[in-house]
Amino acid sequence: MNSIATLQIGERGIISEECLDIIPLKLLEMGCLPGTEVELLQIAPLKDPIYICVNGSHLAIRKETACQIVITKI
Amino acid sequence: MSKRIKVALIGNPNTGKTSLFNQLTGLNQKVGNYPGVTVDKKQGTCKLSDKESAIITDLPGTYSINPTSIDESIVLKTLLNSQENEKPDVIIVVADVENLKRNLLLFSQIQDLEIPTILALNMADQLKRKGISIEIERLEKELQTKVILMSARNNEGISDLKNEIINYKALIKHSNFKEISTKIDQEYFDELSKKSTNFSPYELWMMLTKKDTSMLSEAEKEELQLFSEDVSKQKKYQHKETIYRYQKINSILNKTYKVDASKATDLRSKLDKVFTHKIFGYIIFFGLLLLIFQSVFDWASTPMDLIDGLFADIAGFAKANLPIGMFTDLLTEGIIPGVGGVLIFIPQIAILFLFIAILEETGYMSRVVFLMDKIMRRFGMSGKSVIPLISGTACAIPAIMATRTISSWKERLITILVTPFTTCSARLPVYAILIALIIPDTKIFGILSLQGLTLLGLYVLGFAAAIIGAYILHKTIKIKNTSFFVIEMPNYKLPSAKNVFFDVLEKTKAFVFGAGKIILAISIVLWFLASNGPSSFDNVEKNVIEDVANQQLSKEALSQKIASAKLEKSYIGIAGKAIEPVVKPLGYDWKIGIGLIASFAAREVFIGTLATIYSVENNDEDISTIKEKMAAEINHETGEKRFNFATGMSLLLFYAFAMQCMATLAIVKRETKSWKWPIVQLVGMGTLAYLSAFIAYQILR
Repeated sequence: MNSIATLQIGERGIISEECLDIIPLKLLEMGCLPGTEVELLQIAPLKDPIYICVNGSHLAIRKETACQIVITKI
Repeated sequence: MSKRIKVALIGNPNTGKTSLFNQLTGLNQKVGNYPGVTVDKKQGTCKLSDKESAIITDLPGTYSINPTSIDESIVLKTLLNSQENEKPDVIIVVADVENLKRNLLLFSQIQDLEIPTILALNMADQLKRKGISIEIERLEKELQTKVILMSARNNEGISDLKNEIINYKALIKHSNFKEISTKIDQEYFDELSKKSTNFSPYELWMMLTKKDTSMLSEAEKEELQLFSEDVSKQKKYQHKETIYRYQKINSILNKTYKVDASKATDLRSKLDKVFTHKIFGYIIFFGLLLLIFQSVFDWASTPMDLIDGLFADIAGFAKANLPIGMFTDLLTEGIIPGVGGVLIFIPQIAILFLFIAILEETGYMSRVVFLMDKIMRRFGMSGKSVIPLISGTACAIPAIMATRTISSWKERLITILVTPFTTCSARLPVYAILIALIIPDTKIFGILSLQGLTLLGLYVLGFAAAIIGAYILHKTIKIKNTSFFVIEMPNYKLPSAKNVFFDVLEKTKAFVFGAGKIILAISIVLWFLASNGPSSFDNVEKNVIEDVANQQLSKEALSQKIASAKLEKSYIGIAGKAIEPVVKPLGYDWKIGIGLIASFAAREVFIGTLATIYSVENNDEDISTIKEKMAAEINHETGEKRFNFATGMSLLLFYAFAMQCMATLAIVKRETKSWKWPIVQLVGMGTLAYLSAFIAYQILR
């Protein structure tokens, strides 16, 4: 299964509807919603954290969070 | 005068909320405290018209009403407050036109509290450049609110906003919650709304999910308790609530908000590629750090000398012109030097915070957090710990307050505990004089000053101690990490001079009033202990005069001799002698012991204290500076200089590691809400300081 953590720089995916309850509330509130598109913009030099753009929000999250968020690549 | 309107400013971070606050209040702002919590309360007054004025509260920036840090929790607490005099009359939600969708989530939550609300769309000057168009009237209708298009930086739309505040009673109150809760689980929320008649269903829902029922009556509390058992259901419903809010916002924005994608500039991604590059990113960051420290040193030295001289002059003037007595002594030897000892640090602290404020304003700091997070995490900290650790080189007090943005308690606690290892400005005078005494003023390879390198080495040592200390704490403290890390990467922008100015002012004030009070109080206590002693103390002056009667001493030399003899026989002198056996293995005598005790006010007091003591054995009139006095001091057991290399190194290490600042201990107690952690700090750092000084002295002597 693909998660945000498996994206390469520049790749995009759609956040799966199933992980509504897994995504931390704060991330949801910051725009990281099921059904929306997420793009991986950068990976930090030491491979973590990662820098994503979702719903117009530019956020950095750690891999441990990113790998919980299931996506379908586009 | 009519009653002042209470206005609360709320908004996401990086929306220009602070710019608006500064624009509205100008210099009429002050920082206070919220009762019971440590979060600063920024308030200011604003004249709205000839007759009306407002009290404006700048609430901490937040993405949601559901808090994840102490700073954010204050938002909900203020808005839910049942006491009418605390509750705002009107709320201004500040939103950034570029990221309207996410900003509207917070707006939609705030609106449900049914307090009159205005939506202020900031950065309107950017609309054209970014290709954004908004149908304001339609947006107002859809959102059921008043919308003001404005630009805080350019002072546009401010008067419209003021007019709306004056007429706040005419604003529509609208709640989205009925519609949303019906979609989630009508039965559940109907049941919830029956638990109290004083609060709306949304307010009850907030109290339920935040587990804060302090505003309810006893009977209501019990009712709600029974209801709150199923926590996983609450979580699920909170998630659903967010989804439904976003759905509604999306449908509104589809009708009213258009972005012309062709206008989008690529500045962000270009700059990000450089600033977060795996090599250049670090080079730029460490280069900037070097540049900052260099400038702090260069720029601060002149104003520091001025302040130093000024307070010496004031004390001299007071001594010359006031009648001799206890009060004059207190003023000239206790209060004036105490105040001077606080103010002397302002240049360094203000300049360092100026740089930090600029880096934060431009959006660069978030990139540093991103770059450093993985490295810092190995040591139990967060990328966000970098800012406190840099701030710690000015003063640990504002630095420890800056840890509040770290949402993980364990990462925050470790950062708080190790920040005092970084070389703060109070250590510098001590380092400077000791280095000048024990390190020869030579150059390596003709360019690098050996003394400068030693100072740099002490800075590195401070950071290394912080990092290693953090690693040990990381492995020993058992706190389960429940929060997660997220940081917004804001757009790059030019810093606003006004915001930078107020930020520096606020942090400098935090130092002056946080540390200053304690430093001043301890200075006065120390003065008392140094100028009073047991019964024989009163005869000291007479004895000295008798002792030296056959020597041809100038008046000045005599009074110096008296002063140092008095210090020896005073309470603090007795204390210094009492700890002599303990500090002897480190290469110190009782005089240095006095200096160590006095350092608990602020480390730099060490120098002044030694200067007073060392006037005793030197009758030579030529010796006047503190450095010369210290250099001339002889260790009577060995016949060598007291401040030889071994003792000097031992002292440098002691000052590098020891927790000698009462003001910092007080702040740590306040921020961790327990005496446990400041005691851990005091004992842990003290032990390290003692052992390293001991080892250094025993090897080098």
